Amino acid sequence: MSTIEYADFKSRPFYGVLKPASSVAHLVVAEGEGAQAVLDLVAKAPADFASKATLLYAEGPYVSDNSNREALRALGFARFHTSATAAAAVPRLNGTLERLRMGTQVYLTGNESALSLFVKVCTDAGLDYQGLQTEHRGSLARRMQCVHCKGITEEVTTQPAECAHCGLLLLVRDHYSRRIGAFQGVNINAEDPSDVPAKEEIFR
Amino acid sequence: MSTHAAIDVIVSDVVEVNSLIKRFHFKRSDGGYLPAFSGGAHIVIEMQDGDHIRRTPYSLMSSPLDTSDYQCSIRRDDEGRGGSLYMHREVKPGMAMKISPPANLFPLDLRARKHLMIAGGIGITPFLAQTSQLERTGGHYELHYGVRSAELGAYLDVLGDRLQHRLHTYFDDQKQSMDFDALLSTQPAGTHLYVCGPTPMIDKVLNTARAAGWPESHIHFEHFSKAAPGEPFTAELSVSGVTVEVGRDQSLLEAIEAAGIDAPYLCRGGACGQCETRVLDYEGELLHEDHWLEDDERASGEKIMPCVSRFCGKRLVLER
Ligand code: FES
Repeated sequence: MSTIEYADFKSRPFYGVLKPASSVAHLVVAEGEGAQAVLDLVAKAPADFASKATLLYAEGPYVSDNSNREALRALGFARFHTSATAAAAVPRLNGTLERLRMGTQVYLTGNESALSLFVKVCTDAGLDYQGLQTEHRGSLARRMQCVHCKGITEEVTTQPAECAHCGLLLLVRDHYSRRIGAFQGVNINAEDPSDVPAKEEIFR
Repeated sequence: MSTHAAIDVIVSDVVEVNSLIKRFHFKRSDGGYLPAFSGGAHIVIEMQDGDHIRRTPYSLMSSPLDTSDYQCSIRRDDEGRGGSLYMHREVKPGMAMKISPPANLFPLDLRARKHLMIAGGIGITPFLAQTSQLERTGGHYELHYGVRSAELGAYLDVLGDRLQHRLHTYFDDQKQSMDFDALLSTQPAGTHLYVCGPTPMIDKVLNTARAAGWPESHIHFEHFSKAAPGEPFTAELSVSGVTVEVGRDQSLLEAIEAAGIDAPYLCRGGACGQCETRVLDYEGELLHEDHWLEDDERASGEKIMPCVSRFCGKRLVLER
């Protein structure tokens, strides 16, 4: 598992460790390796935690074994739904947030790209990000917005990275937009497009 | 340093709302528009009361969309230091006064999916401005308003017309009370809570919300402590090299200002942190009345909020 090195960049999101809250209900949203964070969370929680909780689990697109899914199922959540990817979990997450009451604790975990997406969906539903619990698990792949064409590219692992929409080569900055839920990508070779710096895989 | 220059105004109207509350209207002396503000903002009214100047914060209740005048409703407080008594007794239409520009320590969070407002008594005033604002800009909200009786419930008619079914009233004399547990456990996710009223009511709402799992960032309250009267005391101001006597009905901040020192402030209610002053030395007890300092800061004896807090003892030296 990769760990984040928190640079001194104010807008960069900071993730913690999920802790069971004493709230009346819980909503847990996990992606990929976030499954382990959910297992850890439930292990720390009172016995009736899962019976008061909903779990949405995005398995990740390329999982070949279903051991995570089955381990989570065995926890006995009151409502348990799976999806192939974080993006595919969004419609159900939106529907769940619509019916949610204040006082329900929301827990989000997964890779950085998925966390960005989940946090954005929650804040769009009117939840303040400071009330959300987050834990990073899995890759450091980033959700990136191209500041030129505004397109969002998911799961960016390299520096620089190509915008999946307009094709510009972008420097992936630590500058993060909470409103958009993405790191900002700025064209790296605007003066001389023939100057193409080597790509390094750094967000692993 | 006291943030902004005062604005010269004329009292354009004084209206008796009920036996305890009067509404004061202010227009700019030069006839222009007053500064823009948002619902929940307050102004500080300057009162030349005998030989000293009193400055007291009051919420603006008029519509933020109309700055041709400002309106404040002030409840007479017979036990206070006299700010409200001065307003009730001395202030007449046509009088020239000074007010501060507005500042907002109780703004709406416009990211909210719903605004849940809870008011007790005169705590209704910021919500009058906020509901005017939301009527115009749109936004989902409801207001729960507790009053002693129909006679003492200010603006029930205005609010009834404006809010219709979104207004919920509770009359003490009919033994009606708000069920905070039920109210706060049934709100949709994305609701922001706003509460203004008597301190025990605010505390009860905050405790209920926190116990029900509401995150702090969704909880907003207007908690002006009114500077209370107290025993006179003396303060040495080390930077200015003067010693001030703080009278019974004067706040420490007012005494500092009376000595001609321009000290910083914003809310004058112990809530904003602007007036924070370092205590260099003291022999006695700091009487903290603010909502700003953390417990450990209070215990350290190194800081005081002169807008509301007082002192009792032999010697107090402030870095001012
Ligand atoms: S002026 Fe706001 S805390 Fe004193």
